[in-house]
Amino acid sequence: MMSQREKINLEKFELIIDSFQNIKGPLIPILHEAENMYGYIPIEVQNLISKKLKISNAEINGVASFYSMFHTNPTGLHHIGVCTGTTCHLNGSGKLLKHLEHKLGIREGETTSDGQFTIVPVKCIGNCDAAPNITIDGKVYNAVTITQLDELIIECSDK
Amino acid sequence: MNQILLNQIKKDFLENNPKFVAAKNVHPLEQRIVLKNYQVIDPESILEYIANDGYQGISKALTMSPKEVINEITISKLRGRGGVGFPTGLKWKFALGYESDDKYVICNADEGEPGTFMDRHILEGDPHNNIEGMMIAGYAIGASKGYIYVRAEYPLAASRLQKAIDDALELKILGDNIFDTDFSFNIEIRLGAGAFICGEETALMESIEGKRGLSRNKPPFPAQIGLFAQPTIINNVETIANVSSIILNGGEWYSKIGTEKSTGTKVFSLSGKTKNKGIFEVPMGITLYDVIYKIGGGMSEGSTFKAAFTGGPSGGVLTKDHLDTIIDFDSLVELGSIMGSGGIIIADQNDCIIDTIKHFMKFNAEESCGKCTPCREGTTILYNMLDDITKGKSSLEDLEKIKHLSKMVSTTSLCGLGQAAPAPIFSALTHFYDEFIDHIEHKTCKTGVCSMPVKGGE
Ligand SMILES: Cc1cc2nc3c(=O)[nH]c(=O)nc-3n(C[C@H](O)[C@H](O)[C@H](O)COP(=O)(O)O)c2cc1C
Ligand code: FES
Repeated sequence: MMSQREKINLEKFELIIDSFQNIKGPLIPILHEAENMYGYIPIEVQNLISKKLKISNAEINGVASFYSMFHTNPTGLHHIGVCTGTTCHLNGSGKLLKHLEHKLGIREGETTSDGQFTIVPVKCIGNCDAAPNITIDGKVYNAVTITQLDELIIECSDK
Repeated sequence: MNQILLNQIKKDFLENNPKFVAAKNVHPLEQRIVLKNYQVIDPESILEYIANDGYQGISKALTMSPKEVINEITISKLRGRGGVGFPTGLKWKFALGYESDDKYVICNADEGEPGTFMDRHILEGDPHNNIEGMMIAGYAIGASKGYIYVRAEYPLAASRLQKAIDDALELKILGDNIFDTDFSFNIEIRLGAGAFICGEETALMESIEGKRGLSRNKPPFPAQIGLFAQPTIINNVETIANVSSIILNGGEWYSKIGTEKSTGTKVFSLSGKTKNKGIFEVPMGITLYDVIYKIGGGMSEGSTFKAAFTGGPSGGVLTKDHLDTIIDFDSLVELGSIMGSGGIIIADQNDCIIDTIKHFMKFNAEESCGKCTPCREGTTILYNMLDDITKGKSSLEDLEKIKHLSKMVSTTSLCGLGQAAPAPIFSALTHFYDEFIDHIEHKTCKTGVCSMPVKGGE
């Protein structure tokens, strides 16, 4: 969601874990925090969460790998997604995704070697009346054409 | 906060502010109950919500007994808008019947069915109405805590809900001893993390508990053993958005709207190849014709109507033979489809039915939680078999295998995802058998979507 990544600082993250002390079932909110800060959930952060919440590493890794918005490996500075929901699919999102994959030289789910971009899977973001849609770092762009997609990528690269 | 203060806030606001302006672009066929405040009030202003009769429903409910509240919902014949249409009053009655100090109300705002976007608009447009509906539900079943599970793809809905909660807490509408009664209620928002299965009620509870979203075995049902193993009711956003109006106007009033077995209004989301797209709220029982040609304004330039997909990857397809069909819970089931949560996607002559059901199966295969074998393995195998059809690599014998496996997956899967995953195949077989024959026997796709010769070409 962010286009800046923080350095891993376990002491700081410990405070974040503590701030969720009073809620029941804090694991997923905590994983969201890690994902937002680092663009993935580093193994040392998983270990820390495990120690603090007294949940096994395996369980935490299982949860982190279950949800498509959590990543266990570093992701790019920018997350680009082409919606492959039904209406977007019927309105040509397949071509957009192919174009994007070709342009960045990676497949959906992968990250460019310069660490700039990750293509994230997106399946309907509730903007179907303006299909086809893409998302960049959580922001939705409606009725996108291939030319616009190219422009948006250039805009991103400049940031 | 109390009734007198609430009325005073309302009066002060109305005296000092211009009148509310009716929402624009409301089609004459519409009747707005769930969307009564949508694009009328500022969704971030609790005062505007109160001025437009907000929090009068909970105020009235608190003068009734929990049983009376549930009775009113039962009389309304309100059925859950999350897809299955389970009677809401009955669900609440079950939960009231189980004793516990910790009961929960969950609002299901995971809205994952592709082509569906009414819940997003309802929450973004009128968040307080959902807070109020949850409070009434909490009072009715004896719960003091509510969770709203919002998909992370809807950050604006989540932030508006959070503001609504904060503002209601500040005015002491939420919190302890609401309206000077013994009733206390708090609400917490939880974000999803990109898993469609977490819209399934028991998977959603697992997710709130901090686990992978694996569906649970039922029974026990959530009304008995739900979130954190306590009695829980879970309702869809739109279901909850009906509650305050029902309490204010009475169940009797509500039961007279819509059709006999599907009462009230339904908010639909229309997308695809019609001229107009978006959300609209009509009494249950609108025909497909009216959806496409009146509300939708007809097909887009150059488009001819071919099919309407309802119920998404768990639903089916309607054709021009069904234009007079009314859309409600039961009549679509009779046709082998479902209304689902109300997403209607209109396809035209350029859309391939086989490609679309393959797309649905891919979605189901990717989103299966993997707990039960028929769904985990079956959806992937079915996807590969449909993929073969679109590549001209299938025989009629394979089609028999697809039917056989589809039956097995739908009858043996643990939860609704697997049980309904083959539904689009059955529906397409009934209404578009000729397209299967084109792809399988003639190795052609008349729309040109699939990578094989176009029918009529060389
Ligand atoms: C795979 C799957 C996904 C579902 N997704 C949703 C959803 O996103 N929103 C929803 O309200 N119900 C969803 N449901 C239905 C819920 O399990 C449940 O029936 C519903 O939240 C109950 O609320 P209601 O009685 O108000 O309809 C889903 C069901 C299944 C099987
Ligand atoms: S299908 Fe793409 S936003 Fe709904």
